[in-house]
Amino acid sequence: MSKRSVHFKIYRYDPDKDEKPYMQDITVELEASDKKLLDALMRLRGKDDSLSFRRSCREGVCGSDAMNINGKNGLACLTAIDDLPQPVVLRPLPGLPVIRDLIVDMTQFFKQYHSIKPYLINENPPPERERLQSPEDREELNGLYECILCACCSTSCPSFWWNPDKFVGPAGLLAAYRFLADTRDEATSERLDNLEDPYRLFRCHSIMNCVDVCPKGLNPTRAIGKIKDMMVARAV
Amino acid sequence: MSVAKRTFDAVIVGAGGAGLRAALQLAESGMKTAVLTKVFPTRSHTVAAQGGVAASLGNSTEDNWHWHMYDTVKGSDWLGDQDAIEFMCRKANEVVVELEHYGMPFDRTDNGKIYQRPFGGHSQHYGKTPVSRSCAAADRTGHAMLHALYQRNVRANTQFFVEWMALDLIRDAEGNVLGVTALEMETGEVCIFHARATIFATGGAGRIYQSSTNAFINTGDGLGMAARAGIPLEDMEFWQFHPTGVAGAGVLITEGVRGEGGILRNNSGERFMERYAPNLKDLASRDVVSRAMTTEINEGRGCGPDKDYVLLDITHLAPETIMKRLPGIREIAIQFAGVDPIKEPIPVVPTCHYQMGGIPTNYKGQVVVPKDGDPNVAVSGFYAAGECACASVHGANRLGTNSLLDLLVFGKSAGETVVEDNLAGNLPLRPLPADAAEYSLSRIARLESQKNGESVFDVGLEMRRTMQKHAGVFRFDNLLKEGVEAILKVAERSKTTEIHDKSKVWNTARMEALELDNLIEVAKATMVSAEARKESRGAHVRDDAPDTPEYPNGRNDNEWLKHTLWYREGNRLDYKPVNLQPLNEGTEQIALAKRTY
Ligand SMILES: Cc1cc2nc3c(=O)[nH]c(=O)nc-3n(C[C@H](O)[C@H](O)[C@H](O)COP(=O)(O)OP(=O)(O)OC[C@H]3O[C@@H](n4cnc5c(N)ncnc54)[C@H](O)[C@@H]3O)c2cc1C
Ligand code: SF4
Ligand code: SF4
Ligand code: FES
Repeated sequence: MSKRSVHFKIYRYDPDKDEKPYMQDITVELEASDKKLLDALMRLRGKDDSLSFRRSCREGVCGSDAMNINGKNGLACLTAIDDLPQPVVLRPLPGLPVIRDLIVDMTQFFKQYHSIKPYLINENPPPERERLQSPEDREELNGLYECILCACCSTSCPSFWWNPDKFVGPAGLLAAYRFLADTRDEATSERLDNLEDPYRLFRCHSIMNCVDVCPKGLNPTRAIGKIKDMMVARAV
Repeated sequence: MSVAKRTFDAVIVGAGGAGLRAALQLAESGMKTAVLTKVFPTRSHTVAAQGGVAASLGNSTEDNWHWHMYDTVKGSDWLGDQDAIEFMCRKANEVVVELEHYGMPFDRTDNGKIYQRPFGGHSQHYGKTPVSRSCAAADRTGHAMLHALYQRNVRANTQFFVEWMALDLIRDAEGNVLGVTALEMETGEVCIFHARATIFATGGAGRIYQSSTNAFINTGDGLGMAARAGIPLEDMEFWQFHPTGVAGAGVLITEGVRGEGGILRNNSGERFMERYAPNLKDLASRDVVSRAMTTEINEGRGCGPDKDYVLLDITHLAPETIMKRLPGIREIAIQFAGVDPIKEPIPVVPTCHYQMGGIPTNYKGQVVVPKDGDPNVAVSGFYAAGECACASVHGANRLGTNSLLDLLVFGKSAGETVVEDNLAGNLPLRPLPADAAEYSLSRIARLESQKNGESVFDVGLEMRRTMQKHAGVFRFDNLLKEGVEAILKVAERSKTTEIHDKSKVWNTARMEALELDNLIEVAKATMVSAEARKESRGAHVRDDAPDTPEYPNGRNDNEWLKHTLWYREGNRLDYKPVNLQPLNEGTEQIALAKRTY
């Protein structure tokens, strides 16, 4: 493949020296081996070592490099660079405070995740061996446990933008349902109580932005629907 | 300059599988513990493990820990310490069942037990037939495990310092370990973490090679910190090249693919592993498969326009099996190789994957160094577990699924040992030397003021190329000798790296420069140790040590059945004996033999 160059417009902000954020215009020449947006960004860092973003696994499993790419949230390491219309406009994930450049403060996001008690609750003394679970019951967890906590979903959700402190958001609710759906978990009613509130669960208006952006193909809206069903079922 | 200080009973550096497992042990004991991590815990590279975790549960085929121990010793090419290996294999069922109790979503057998699949080098009846020993959650075992461990830590209220990078180990004049210095990414602040006990769980350093399955953050920080503080590094010549990295991208395709029936083929479509390993074929040990592949490619039987890869074929498997057991692999193949493995085979090459060596420890997780004629004296206050440590259970070659097990077993035992040592009164909070942070501050100050230096990117690239060329799958005397010269030159260059970003806030350039310092120590240790070992053993295979009746597979037990210790100071080597004695009386020693599969 011949040399390709990519034109970027990137949100830049370093609180140590910039009074306010600005958009940087920058072009970079790619090597043939540069296939993903993350490769291009690493190449860019070779030119300008002050560009900051998180990254680690470069294969879509660690959830570090979520950002807003041409207006849509996604992972840089799973986004094919050649498919992107130019200029490629990069911004930090919307709705969270920016620490620097493409790095956002995820405190609020993790706070919501922690608020749903993201761990198995089962106070019975465990058996000597594994707890048994049928393959069918285990299958209920598919599409739930694979979440990489990248925050693409929650930061594309209007309800989360307006109420990040009150609405759990799609990622947290997906995790909540992951435990509700686990036959080994015994805290169903406690978990539902925890979400029974005008904001925590019910701020979701099924706008589906979350489903649209999830890089792992998960469906938080469906999980939220299931929790709502469980709420209704226990009310009758 | 004055630096802030925080005091804890214990500080754990690293929140991957090993660090999180150790943290649980300490949380239960009530010791005040800080866990430092460069990335949010669930972003640690344990998340990328695919294939499974070994335990002789025997859920679908008969199994027991004796067979597992045999396979592990044999896999290690007898360089593994048999006390530590016995300890690990006997503990496997306990720690894996614990994980299940924590909520890990293992796949299930029809009768509801943990699903297990076959994996390379794991067998029944001491090498006779393949066994299903790898406990798996689809092909996302590491993800499921890391999240389950993190979740359990949330429940236990573990105190994390997220996006804090440890810089240097603090020791006093007697050599006792007193904690670490660390940098907060968000503020650029350096702080001392003063503690009775320090546990390193910083993971591997696979980024010393150009082609690697490892994450960007796998930069061997624990090894660099230990080496700079005078602790030797053990068996660093032994690096595992995983047979199936996606050609060009390096992203891993788990051996579980071959466990589910995948076959390696050369350019004539031949299942070439039948020639190299008649019994276990595609499921032979990793070093054996990687060398077979390299031989096929070197002899012109590779695939593609440049004949530089082979093919991993699962097109004969039912699409449902692929979707159910290997969904992540299908995603990876589509994303990084551009092929749908249901229809087309995946181009693969041997890729640097795992470091068998590391900070020397015993099976209790204590860091041990030679002192007054005893090769294994515990360094007071210092512990290590996981890929950064060398217990040594993997010896010259690790079996797949034994690393996740290593994290659980030795993470737990390091935690338990800290609790015991503390109760026994062996862990006083020793006074900090006045200059405890001086060294770290001077490294940062050097970077701040460096002018006309080289870019971190360029020096790093030169290091990765040098390692790839001089210390790869096959090793040659002249290349290793030149490699030592070359890597020492790169190390010199790394002393004058220059960064342009001078911000205090989330300065990635500074972080990468500091990481390079650590990688360089690992690279030197690797090259120097490899040049010196004049035999073939496990993953270290020299062209001038071929298979002969006197030296099976080129292995020379008379002279080289010993662990290497590399010291940074003077770039010096020392050796210590392998422990061939199992832990418990009555456990049979696995006698030396030639490794065949
Ligand atoms: C792609 C891939 C697939 C694998 N599949 C398997 C498998 O199926 N089965 C198996 O048994 N093994 C597998 N392995 C090997 C295994 O996953 C690793 O050896 C293991 O996960 C390492 O765990 P760890 O806890 O030692 O380190 P890691 O999980 O790498 O964690 C290291 C931690 O240390 C922290 N850290 C590092 N440096 C610093 C610093 N300076 N300051 C603060 N924190 C720091 C990091 O933030 C991180 O939290 C695989 C490896 C790879 C690369
Ligand atoms: S479906 Fe609900 S959670 Fe998802 S984006 Fe819409 S409001 Fe948010
Ligand atoms: S649900 Fe999807 S988008 Fe949301 S955090 Fe999890 S992986 Fe990311
Ligand atoms: S770098 Fe890990 S998800 Fe992209």
